[in-house]
Amino acid sequence: MRIVEKRQLLSAEQIDRTLKRLAHEIVEKTGGAEGLALIGVRRRGVPLSQRLANYIQADGKHHVGLGTLDITLYRDDLSTVGAQPIVHSTDIDFEVDGRDLLIVDDVLYTGRTIRAAMNGLFDLGRPRRVQLCVLIDRGHRELPIEASFVGRTVETTDTEIVEVRLREIDNEERVVIVDRVG
Amino acid sequence: MLQRLQHLLGIEPLTVEQVNFFLDQAKPFQEFQRHPLKKLATLRGKTVALAFFEPSTRTRISFATAASRLGADSMNLQAESSSVKKGESLIDTVRTLEAMRPDGIVIRHVASGAAEFVAERLEIPVLNAGDGSHEHPTQALLDALTIRDRKGTLEGLNITIIGDLLHSRVARSNIHLLTKFGTRVTLCGPPMWMPPILEGLAPGIRRVPRIEDALRDADVLMVLRVQTERLHEPALSEADYVLRYQLTPERLRLARPDALVLHPGPMIRGLEIDPAVADGAQSCVLEQVTNGLAIRMALLYHLVGGAPADAPHPAKERSNATD
Amino acid sequence: MLLIKNGRVLDPATKTDATLDVLLDGERIVNLAANISANGAEILDAQGLVVAPGFIDLHCHLREPGQELSETIETGTKSAARGGFTAVCCMPNTQPVNDTASVTRGIVERAKATGCVRVWPIGAVSVGSKGEALAEIAGMKEAGIVAVSDDGKPVATARLMRQAMEYCESLGLPVIDHCEDPSLFAGGVMREGQHSARLGLKGIPAQSESICVGRDVEVAGLANARLHIAHMSTSGSLEYVRAAKKQGLRVTCEVTPHHFTLTDEDVRYDTRYKMNPPLASRSDRDALVEGLADGSIDAIATDHAPHHAASKDVEFDRAPFGITGFETALALSLTELVHTRKLSLMRLVELFTTGPARVLGIERKIAIGQPADITIFSLDRAWTYKATESPSKSRNTPFDGRAFRGAPVAAIVAGQVVYRH
Repeated sequence: MRIVEKRQLLSAEQIDRTLKRLAHEIVEKTGGAEGLALIGVRRRGVPLSQRLANYIQADGKHHVGLGTLDITLYRDDLSTVGAQPIVHSTDIDFEVDGRDLLIVDDVLYTGRTIRAAMNGLFDLGRPRRVQLCVLIDRGHRELPIEASFVGRTVETTDTEIVEVRLREIDNEERVVIVDRVG
Repeated sequence: MLQRLQHLLGIEPLTVEQVNFFLDQAKPFQEFQRHPLKKLATLRGKTVALAFFEPSTRTRISFATAASRLGADSMNLQAESSSVKKGESLIDTVRTLEAMRPDGIVIRHVASGAAEFVAERLEIPVLNAGDGSHEHPTQALLDALTIRDRKGTLEGLNITIIGDLLHSRVARSNIHLLTKFGTRVTLCGPPMWMPPILEGLAPGIRRVPRIEDALRDADVLMVLRVQTERLHEPALSEADYVLRYQLTPERLRLARPDALVLHPGPMIRGLEIDPAVADGAQSCVLEQVTNGLAIRMALLYHLVGGAPADAPHPAKERSNATD
Repeated sequence: MLLIKNGRVLDPATKTDATLDVLLDGERIVNLAANISANGAEILDAQGLVVAPGFIDLHCHLREPGQELSETIETGTKSAARGGFTAVCCMPNTQPVNDTASVTRGIVERAKATGCVRVWPIGAVSVGSKGEALAEIAGMKEAGIVAVSDDGKPVATARLMRQAMEYCESLGLPVIDHCEDPSLFAGGVMREGQHSARLGLKGIPAQSESICVGRDVEVAGLANARLHIAHMSTSGSLEYVRAAKKQGLRVTCEVTPHHFTLTDEDVRYDTRYKMNPPLASRSDRDALVEGLADGSIDAIATDHAPHHAASKDVEFDRAPFGITGFETALALSLTELVHTRKLSLMRLVELFTTGPARVLGIERKIAIGQPADITIFSLDRAWTYKATESPSKSRNTPFDGRAFRGAPVAAIVAGQVVYRH
């Protein structure tokens, strides 16, 4: 079985413009991002959340908290996997109780990752509100999860995969759709 | 795959990579101990059998808590293996447990080799919580984690282990682990508990009879407890032991100023360790306990969690990943 | 009549190494010459095989009476025959201990009825082997014992050893001692050394054996009597024996095949490697091989110690000591000693025949008029030992699955072929 690239969704420049636009939206719709904290979901949600935080804080007028969350221990699909996946650290050094949180991830698909992320967050305390921001929404939800902030919505088939490649992790910067053939 | 260790029977057979892997994997579980809500569902539905054939409070509670925080249930067997209970075969006890279908078994037993004995006869993962005088791998891992957190590394440290080395599985496991990282291990204890045959355990071990000499330049001091229950020969007089081997504040000053003091517990204050040292700034005993929980969670997560190695692969769930 | 033709007759007693025929009639050897013809005799073609006097095992455990779950005289002797043995000396640590004439008679009668090789019982030194009072040794001698021992334990005190030796000397019996110092042995399960340290198992220092050997040698000098050291395993013990022989004392010793093959490095937690004396260090093993070659050691004995499977399937600490040994003794000797050129074949045969015979004060040779006890073996046949094929009731051997070069082919006792490959 091979992986082949089918088409490009976003170029480096488009990713950047999308993130800037999302940053504006977030500030607007949360009334100035007062008390807001961004939680980047490992792996690629982390650099995305960092960039969003930078854009939000670029004008010096707004400030947001920033944390990272590893959802490995909260996944519900582990019994189907052979060896256990490696656990990484969650790094949230602020109080979660009563806080407005914005989960940031690269792709929203079935919704299970976000369900696990919420479990993880609620282990830390009781947030006042939790919202979701994703770069790509590819549909096919299996749980009642929605994102308030979406970079781009895209229609995909079951076998396709949306690959978000970021320079911090992948040494390149683009979003593509790949497919499994053979 | 490093995490695909089937059993944890001892430190001796592990590679440096495997040791580092489990020390690294303990980190998220260390962080987890600070959550207000310490309950995961990651091992939900799994059962861990705790087969303790030797009295133990701290290790058993540590494993039970680790299992519970991962969402697993535990089966508790506390069989006193006194010689009075003849006819109580280890094989039968363990097979009875197995028939209740636990997903893993943690075993502590008075006989060296008991963990291996059980692992050879069962189909489920076995974690050694201490077998006779042979190994106590989770203790060595939590000690290593404690040292690494405080010192930044295990490489090249000077370690001194003090006490009844001959009968100590904690000493053996620590020797096996720390010498994999190029440490210099110094043993110190009364001659009947520190025979020459211990020098062959690993490269770079030396025996030093006087505690004052053994402490010089030490980065880490491991104080062992005096195991009165495991002695077969006339015991050393307690007064002599205190005089010659107790870790006092004065003796501690002979080591490096930032030397760590570790003790596997339970401590007998006033025997092998002066209370001032036990409670002092250099003592790591409480961190050892916390780290013990993190290490055991990481081990249970990897060894007991997941499907068995030979389970058929069900249809893959939908996931936005290419691996 | 049985005519053994074309074999290489190897007899240390007569220093014979030649291709000869041997004719057996009834229970005696009646002719030994080249190209015998005998009408009506059954022919056993020993072409390419070695024909030796019947092997004697000075030390074994047949477990009857009282421990028949592990072995009986019937199954044990079948196993012995398969190993090429024609006579075995069984130790008295049965249940009850063989410390009276009536127990001895019982064993002798059982052997006559169910045994297929000669069974020569060894009686206890002390009542119950408790190390207190002397057993009825004279009575047992009349019933058929060939030696005395408290095997399983050392003879308890030097004083008792002296009394036993002086008494047995007058009866013409050797005293065989299982040499061990109980206070040094104390709860040990393997040889004390780097390996016991690594495994966390309680060790027995080598000196536990040699201290007792030294004591016994001194007492043998004091009592001017015969002493035989059972299953000797250390160089320290060997030194005492060498010195004693040099002094002209009538001290003899035996070594088991596992002690000249394995070492403490072979021990992990597998109870098939647990026996007493424990497997020794490499240097001890090598010293024993030297002693076998230079004549300091008089015999190879198996110490065949069967234990039924369940009793050995426990933690190492709790397992009983002992391994079986009849069927692998010759093969190990050939593979590890003769084919490696550490020992000559003649010397090896001596260790199984004239050596043990001398300890017992009897003759063992292929000559006209001698008992028709013959051992025939192949020097070169390649085979693999499978414990499941053994007629013994027990399977506790570390040599299961081991490949050998050389094997027993036939055992003939009193003119009867009791084993034929």
